[in-house]
Amino acid sequence: MARPRRSTDDAAWAKITIITLVLAFLSLVLILPLVAVFAEALRKGVGPALDAVSNPDAVAAIKLTLLTAAITVPFNVVFGLCAAWAVAKHEFPGKSLLITLIDLPFSVSPVVAGLIYVLVFGLQGWVGDHLVNNDIKIIFAVPGIVLATIFVTFPFIARELIPLMQEQGTSEEEAAVSMGASGLYTFWRVTAPNVRWGLLYGVLLCNARAMGEFGAVSVVSGHIRGLTNTMPLHVEILYNEYDFVGAFAVAALLCLLAIVTLVLKTALEVAQPGSRRRGGH
Amino acid sequence: MTAETAAAIRSGPVARRPMFRRRSAIPGFTLTLGVTLTVLSLIVLIPLSAVVLKAAELSPAQFVDVAFSERAMAAYRLTFGAAFVAAVINGVFGVLTAWALVRYEFPGKALVNALVDLPFALPTAVAGIALATLYSPNGWVGAYLTPLGIKAAYNATGVTIALVFIGLPFVVRTIEPVLRDLADDVEEAAASLGAGRISTILRIVLPALGPSWLTGFALAFARGVGEYGSVIFIAGNMPYKSEIAPLLIIIQLEQFEYASAASIAVVMLSASFLMLLVINAVQAWARRFS
Repeated sequence: MARPRRSTDDAAWAKITIITLVLAFLSLVLILPLVAVFAEALRKGVGPALDAVSNPDAVAAIKLTLLTAAITVPFNVVFGLCAAWAVAKHEFPGKSLLITLIDLPFSVSPVVAGLIYVLVFGLQGWVGDHLVNNDIKIIFAVPGIVLATIFVTFPFIARELIPLMQEQGTSEEEAAVSMGASGLYTFWRVTAPNVRWGLLYGVLLCNARAMGEFGAVSVVSGHIRGLTNTMPLHVEILYNEYDFVGAFAVAALLCLLAIVTLVLKTALEVAQPGSRRRGGH
Repeated sequence: MTAETAAAIRSGPVARRPMFRRRSAIPGFTLTLGVTLTVLSLIVLIPLSAVVLKAAELSPAQFVDVAFSERAMAAYRLTFGAAFVAAVINGVFGVLTAWALVRYEFPGKALVNALVDLPFALPTAVAGIALATLYSPNGWVGAYLTPLGIKAAYNATGVTIALVFIGLPFVVRTIEPVLRDLADDVEEAAASLGAGRISTILRIVLPALGPSWLTGFALAFARGVGEYGSVIFIAGNMPYKSEIAPLLIIIQLEQFEYASAASIAVVMLSASFLMLLVINAVQAWARRFS
């Protein structure tokens, strides 16, 4: 049933104009690119697209991307929980500086994130000689890719958990501890149930970024096919070789990942209306 | 025992309590802070210091030569200019999008709401090749722009388009909660006092959105300055013309000019830290408002 028009309602023409503008803008910037990826991938039919994603180099890239995410996400979960526990449940000087430092990777260009590891672990780097002598490869190898990915996704989970744990205060944990519960038991039975949705939200965004990171990984990877190529790097190589069907077919897989991420994220927000915390990253 | 001492003894523990409470009863502080500081140092702080120390190997004159060479200056102008223009475009359309999402009902609203976050979820390289394909002179959109004399790819316009894509959710998602919390009654009061709708929006709503708009703008700008993946495919990458600063770092690196790469990175990092300070200041200012 239509409610009576109130003084704070916009005129119908204003409403229609704004909605039209917004939809036109979002179509040009967000929807068309998404459609274009699938259209270009299927330009020559389903067969060539499937061939492109089942090609051995593509499969190796998919495996490396999954491996990178499988290391990065749990690492950041552990770090995020530690950081949030220290920051949100305790008082200490320099706390806001620590939060700013945890946030730092958000404001560093991904290319710089790759560069710093080349400067430390590369041949000319700080520990380059030591690594060569011991036959350890970090740059142009998988460890470098994982390190660079950890750097760019570093704040995701901590930033999700810190405000959430701060909001919930310390009284429940103090009560549990005063009744003789151990720290770990308190965390597991008192804190974890309170923050699990926020944690899941952070994991979701961290995983999407870990699988999709391009700039940082591009600097440290060396682009060795079948060995150090992640999916986004594989897309770049195919695209630069004018293999557009191949590039967009692998890109379509990454689009599916993005769509699944958005669907899960939306479901999470519907289930937990408070879970969207801030305009974030 | 005098009355004073008795009072002192009674009040002693009470007076000491604030001191006492500084140590939280919750265990695990040393362990978790230790892990946090160790990981933060090893992953972020020590590697980041490497870039500063590498640039410091150059003399000040050499540093200025490579960090502010003509080519680098052209790259900064493009990078910061395109990021600024993109943030302005997002500033306008981000407000409209947030406004439509908060105030209006329309078909497909739930889909639009989910799609706004696409740039957070879609790998930048995928966005890059998709935008390059759409906006290149014979692409779906580019084909309509070419007859109008507009070239939307392989130049500064292309860079800006990619940065609009990357920055949009920052503006929408920072403004949205503020717009939602903005009390209806303030607007109603303005209207009942005789303010027209436009005047209410201009004088009541937009000023209230100011701090969050600035935060969203700064976040989008900061992200745009560092962006690489979505830009290089649509940029054209011509030195002095369409080469962004992050790409210049990679080019220096590929020529084994580590100190030059580090110098340009130091300029970029300084700009990022400045932005971080500005964002924090704006947010502190915004908190005083609310």
